[in-house]
Amino acid sequence: MSAATKSKYTKRSDGRKMDELRETEAKVGIIPTADGSAMFRTGGTIAIAAVRGPRILHPQHMQNPRTGILRVNYGMMPFSVSDRIRPGPSRRAQEVSKVIEWALSEIIDLSEFKSNVVDLFIQIPQADAGTRVAGINAAAMALAHAGIPMKEMASAVAIGKLDKTLVVDVDKSEEDYKDGEGSTDIPMCFLSRSGKISLLQLDGKISPEELKQAVEMGRKACEEILKIQIKALKEVGK
Amino acid sequence: MVEKDKDTDSSKAKIKVKADSREIVVPGETIVSGEQYLPGEGVYRDGEDIVAARFGLADVSDKLIKIIPLSGVYIPRRGNVVIGTVTDIIGKGWLLDIGATDNAFLNVAEVPRYINQNEMPEHFNFGDSVVGKIFSIGGRGIDIFVKNRGHGRLDDGLLIKINPNKVPRVIGKEGSMVNVIKDATGCNITVGQNGVVWIKGESIDDEVKTKKIIKFICDNSAINGLTEKVEDFVKTMDKGK
Amino acid sequence: MTAEPMPLPNIQKQEIINYLKEGKRLDGRGVADYRDVEIKIRISKKAEGSCSVKMGETEVYCGIKMGVSAPYPDGPEEGTMMVSAELGPLASEDFEMGPPRINSIELARIIDRGIRESGFIDFKKLCIKEGEKVWTVFIDLYPINDDGNLLDAAGLAALIALGQAKMPVYDEETDKIDFETHKGDLPLNKDVMSFNTTFFKIGDNFIIDPTSEEELASDFRISIAVGSDKGKPRITAIQKGESVALSQEDFEKVLELVEKNFKAMFPKIEKYVWGK
Repeated sequence: MSAATKSKYTKRSDGRKMDELRETEAKVGIIPTADGSAMFRTGGTIAIAAVRGPRILHPQHMQNPRTGILRVNYGMMPFSVSDRIRPGPSRRAQEVSKVIEWALSEIIDLSEFKSNVVDLFIQIPQADAGTRVAGINAAAMALAHAGIPMKEMASAVAIGKLDKTLVVDVDKSEEDYKDGEGSTDIPMCFLSRSGKISLLQLDGKISPEELKQAVEMGRKACEEILKIQIKALKEVGK
Repeated sequence: MVEKDKDTDSSKAKIKVKADSREIVVPGETIVSGEQYLPGEGVYRDGEDIVAARFGLADVSDKLIKIIPLSGVYIPRRGNVVIGTVTDIIGKGWLLDIGATDNAFLNVAEVPRYINQNEMPEHFNFGDSVVGKIFSIGGRGIDIFVKNRGHGRLDDGLLIKINPNKVPRVIGKEGSMVNVIKDATGCNITVGQNGVVWIKGESIDDEVKTKKIIKFICDNSAINGLTEKVEDFVKTMDKGK
Repeated sequence: MTAEPMPLPNIQKQEIINYLKEGKRLDGRGVADYRDVEIKIRISKKAEGSCSVKMGETEVYCGIKMGVSAPYPDGPEEGTMMVSAELGPLASEDFEMGPPRINSIELARIIDRGIRESGFIDFKKLCIKEGEKVWTVFIDLYPINDDGNLLDAAGLAALIALGQAKMPVYDEETDKIDFETHKGDLPLNKDVMSFNTTFFKIGDNFIIDPTSEEELASDFRISIAVGSDKGKPRITAIQKGESVALSQEDFEKVLELVEKNFKAMFPKIEKYVWGK
């Protein structure tokens, strides 16, 4: 944890420790008609994921005869934020869909499902920053629940740098922080067994040394998140 | 490749799954460790560890470690008896939706009598339910035949859809469970491996009773001594009348 | 048991009809019985009002957001309303074969009409500056799981979310809305609330609150929004679905059912909307 004495951000708005996650909740199997589904909440951010497939992919020209494909559709519900989001596709949603697809393609094995598709839908009913990482956490559980062949799990968190202070699980007020060096948002995703980083994005300014620390903080935080995901999966059917 | 980690990492922690018990495991979780074990379905070897490659129940009853799926779509296998719905009549046969990753094809030659092309809808029409057996799964799809006793078109009765992973519990060892249900309700029952179950009873009440028993089995599929519990459940239902 | 939509098999439709001849349904309900209803409020704290409604396994989210805009020319001192529904693939299988089920636009319009025509929202009280600025009520519906009867579940969710909704504060000088501060309830005329019930005909029988199988087996549906006029049912909107025509006999049967359903359900609906 970087607690540089020069940093302006010394106390978190909700009183958390710098390396503390918000209150987290996870549940698997919330959408009965889906093949796999899950909910993941951290603080005021809630993500719901549903998996349908593997199934036949239409139109035929989109099929890949050598392997199945993962198709991600991410969206935020209009009432998930203070300023209503007009329903319908947005560029941001498309970008997040792609980034999540890349983060999760690493762990799933669709070689047995040639020409098929696994559709993954992620929706955010309530947002308080960290929506794409909450989406990944819900999605990983939903994919597992759907019985998709997976080598390992994936867990994600958003690390922030507020002026010179690194924090775990940024909330909206922190995302909007403007003092000093302002707010740098770093969403990242770790794979549970190999430890590889399957998602890393950055918005702001940071030194390589600070980034290294941020990734270490993220790795540790994701170990906690993984425990929560595993617990939710093991409670299926109980 | 396998890092020798110093701190506890819950997914890499060596989980000793007892031989008789079955534990739910998640992808990436180590089930057992040791060169003597062999990786079966749904697991992979990572150094000394046998690791779950999908979500489900770990079966360590012998040296071959495998995963028994609890959830997920129906994966068709050769020899499976399935119940499908005719969705198309094309040239030499019928396409059936069996709830799998591909449609099943019933070639006109795989039906016991000779049928010419004009007669095909009379035999199996759009929306008809057909019981058949998968005899081949290949690059061109899933092929079924309708030649054995119990195969063919279903003309009445009720269909229910269950989680295909629970089918073994509903059937039981050598049909023991499905016989319990038949005895308790007097219904005809055909259980398709694809999770479609056909029920035909003398009365609606018998069919409703059968549905309830099947739901009970699916809800309690992980319990040991399920047969006894089902028999108790039936007794409770009968008393309630 | 999972409700996976394969095309409805012929024998299944026949069996549904056979059961109905004895007044029974596949899940043991009677023709006029609703499934268990489960309501959760405040499913999104960012909405001015929100809820989730579950009817059996069908689940719909609804969120109310308030905005400020110019009024329509024909209503310079009235607020406005916009209902939208996103019937995405999150909730159900894309369904290529079989009869077309309700789509987003129709669902949004039926719910819009039911609320608008009843006068439930007091639009005059949503005027900020006549001819220039009024409040807009955004009603957004999002199905989470579709096991039939999305329309009625969505309609109920809209009423409950509206009943929950609190007014934010508008600063005319800065032209900004303060969503964190709440200034009272959304102005509603409680007495004219009307709720939507869709009647489905399968064979010769009418049912309500169908599962997705029953919806697929139905030949005909008609949605009727009903409110209370001093304890008697008052119809505020009707929408007949699909292309099958309604016989006189059916029409009279439906009116009979509207009355029965009103007596059985209206007190419950009131409790759902105001009781929380």
